[in-house]
Amino acid sequence: MLKIEPRGLESKFWRYASPILALVLTGLTSGLIFAAMGRPAGLTVYTFLIAPLLQQDGLAALVVKAAPLIMMGVGLSLAYRANVWNIGTEGQFTLGAIFAGGVALALPDAPAWIIFPAMLMAGMLGGMVSGGLVAWMRIGFNANEILTSLMFTYITQYLLVYLVTGPWRDPAGFGFPQTAMFSDAAAAPKLIEDSNVHIGVLLAPLIAIGLWFMLEKSLLGFQFRVLGQAPRAARFAGFSEDRLVWVAMLVSGGLAGLAGMLEATGTLGQLTTNISPGYGFAAIIVAFLGRLNPLGVIPAGLLLALSYLGGDAAQINLGLPNAVTGIFQGILLFYLLGCDVLLLHRIKWRRDTVRIAR
Amino acid sequence: MAGPLLTMTGMTKQYPGCLANDHVSITIEHNQIHALLGENGAGKSTLVKMIYGVTKPDEGEIVWEGQKVTIANPGQAQRLGIGMVFQHFSLFEALTVADNIALGLGSAKERVGLRERIVRISTEYGLPLDPDRVVHDLSVGERQRIEIVRCLLQNPKLLIMDEPTSVLTPTEVQRLFITLRRLASEGCSILYISHKLEEVRSLCSAATIMRLGRNVARCIPAEKTVKELAEIMISAELHAPTPRPRSASHAPPRLVLDRLTIRSPNQFGTDLKDISLSLAGGEILGIAGIAGNGQAELMDALSGEILAGKPETILIDSIPVGHMGPTDRRGVKGCFVPEERNGHGAVTTMSLAENGFLSAFQRGNLVRFGVIQKKRTSAFAQKIIAQFDVRTTGPKAEARSLSGGNLQKFLVGREVLQDPSVLVINQPTWGVDAGAALAIHEAIMALASEGTAVIIISQDLDEIFVLADRISVIAAGRLSPPIPTREATVESIGRLMGGTTSPPPPVEVPRVALRA
Repeated sequence: MLKIEPRGLESKFWRYASPILALVLTGLTSGLIFAAMGRPAGLTVYTFLIAPLLQQDGLAALVVKAAPLIMMGVGLSLAYRANVWNIGTEGQFTLGAIFAGGVALALPDAPAWIIFPAMLMAGMLGGMVSGGLVAWMRIGFNANEILTSLMFTYITQYLLVYLVTGPWRDPAGFGFPQTAMFSDAAAAPKLIEDSNVHIGVLLAPLIAIGLWFMLEKSLLGFQFRVLGQAPRAARFAGFSEDRLVWVAMLVSGGLAGLAGMLEATGTLGQLTTNISPGYGFAAIIVAFLGRLNPLGVIPAGLLLALSYLGGDAAQINLGLPNAVTGIFQGILLFYLLGCDVLLLHRIKWRRDTVRIAR
Repeated sequence: MAGPLLTMTGMTKQYPGCLANDHVSITIEHNQIHALLGENGAGKSTLVKMIYGVTKPDEGEIVWEGQKVTIANPGQAQRLGIGMVFQHFSLFEALTVADNIALGLGSAKERVGLRERIVRISTEYGLPLDPDRVVHDLSVGERQRIEIVRCLLQNPKLLIMDEPTSVLTPTEVQRLFITLRRLASEGCSILYISHKLEEVRSLCSAATIMRLGRNVARCIPAEKTVKELAEIMISAELHAPTPRPRSASHAPPRLVLDRLTIRSPNQFGTDLKDISLSLAGGEILGIAGIAGNGQAELMDALSGEILAGKPETILIDSIPVGHMGPTDRRGVKGCFVPEERNGHGAVTTMSLAENGFLSAFQRGNLVRFGVIQKKRTSAFAQKIIAQFDVRTTGPKAEARSLSGGNLQKFLVGREVLQDPSVLVINQPTWGVDAGAALAIHEAIMALASEGTAVIIISQDLDEIFVLADRISVIAAGRLSPPIPTREATVESIGRLMGGTTSPPPPVEVPRVALRA
């Protein structure tokens, strides 16, 4: 029978091989699911993972989708390394977009050099308010951040629906639940003319590198790592857990707010009831797939971005429902966490022959 | 009964990167109290785990009462008649004694008449226990009795005891020995694992000594001196620590506690009540006591992990520090070594360099503009490793790859090299082999002779008598006034350890057969 045995020490090999194995298993499993739906498995997996890249502007679309995922995944890596389980990035993303959108709507005539920095600050502030509330409730009332951050996500989403169907609805929008388009000055600067590639595509890897340096090389990062691995040792060393929880929530929330702001201004140009196709939740997968290492988050963010594009392609070309994106991401997280068992354990085939010989 | 009770030959167990047992043999006779001696990491626990069926050997033969057996799991070991009392108890604090014992039994059938059997066995063997008491009210000694009674209910022929006396008062140790001798005389052999060589000499009739996963000697402990036993264990000659010149110090106090009173943050912890003391530079104060009498809380209050409220409650070099956290207390040259190495004093999954950095980044100047100075950090760890003879591959080695003694040397060295004005060490040599213990004792004495005020909190009275100038006892969160060591005796300290109540009279053990 199969037996799972502890290894003793963490396996270096499986640290990097486990996400790859998870990816392979995800490909096989989704192939099986597609086959069960009566679609040719190979073609579907091809449509999902490879075809989007071959399209015109495929790469541009990929990096634009990856930018918010990477920003949020990086913030989450930091928080998770310190055992701060922020799963409310979706809400922090949304509040960032709301704050930035509010600035854009309030200053329709402001020049770009005023409005864009103002929106940038507002977006990060929105995410930080949302994350900060969670930190305050954990520290002040010992409320579990997994619950509160998720609950804030729902609150924020309803706030967005209220705003775009109520006070902020575009008077000239024929009653559609959306705000007026932001002014051209409020659009995120483009890196490439006539494309969607906005400044976030440049910011995301820079943020990843900066936070990697912070986490691995600085005293503050050391404090996060100690808090995550041995909370008592952190207290012994004099690192304030409260302070680190604040920083983790403000940074992960602020980055989510920044991502939300860039999505609203760089890609959408207005607020609607649907500004995020679940980026905040996908970012959780990104953080784990990237091994909670900010540099690992970059390829992980690209892969998850691909799953969004693949989902769109599968809908258009094969007539599959929109839910396939979520299914693919869910299977990936499932295998990712499952394969991590191999880090500390090995699987052995052995016959059960042990018997009392007396 | 002819032949030995248990013979193990050629026992071999390979762990990834470590040959824990290399063809180890041991023979335990009937009615024998057999000592298993060795440094930390010598392979004692691996051998014991193979006997108790926790670990499966790669090679080797186990012969139990003349029959060749394989022991697949602890349940099977128990059916054969092997019981084990672990160093760390597995008891539910909120349940009664009887409930805890019942939980360890397999079937409902075994629970019939359990209370009566608990009472009968505990009185027969001088292990007084009230089945209806809740565990969190019990002393460590009483908790250990639960574990022993739990084993005795299974009518064992071999009882394995892992470091049983480290948590007991001298009186409790004497009582335990009476019980163990009784058990042995009635046919239950005992495998006794301990670091305390004096105890082994008085209790055990045979000893197997291990080093680096191999047998190095078999002997009769009473025929050897403690020094000889220790030398076989570590394969080196030992020199007794040179006694310190103990003069009453008139130097100004470097550490003062003024009526320190703290509620324990832990539900089952001990509150500290009105603790006052004054300690001069160059002085070593030993704080004796049974585990769980407020040592952990006192340590946390001194290190700043629990704040003391009013700043003036704690003075280091006349600076009020009661309101300061650990970082600020290090700033005024207070250094601390907590009891638990894994996850408290050290982060086991981090490298030695990072663990050196953990408490020394400030005084060691290891951070510039918020960035870790990698070279200086590594050099600091290297200095500790060199000066304190830490056996490891270097600063990059993970803390968990070190044996307990080596990691403790590293942690003590980390604080000593910060040139502290006050050093507090909780259990300096807990679970540490004889060689490392000696090195740590020497480091503490050298530091004191340079003018540091040192507090050692320890359950090991021998250690306190060797090191301390004065001895206080902590019992139920109160600290007794210090006694100069030359005026103290084991008996007087032992009485204070038991708290205000006078020691219980010696137990008369009736002679009743174990298996009726």
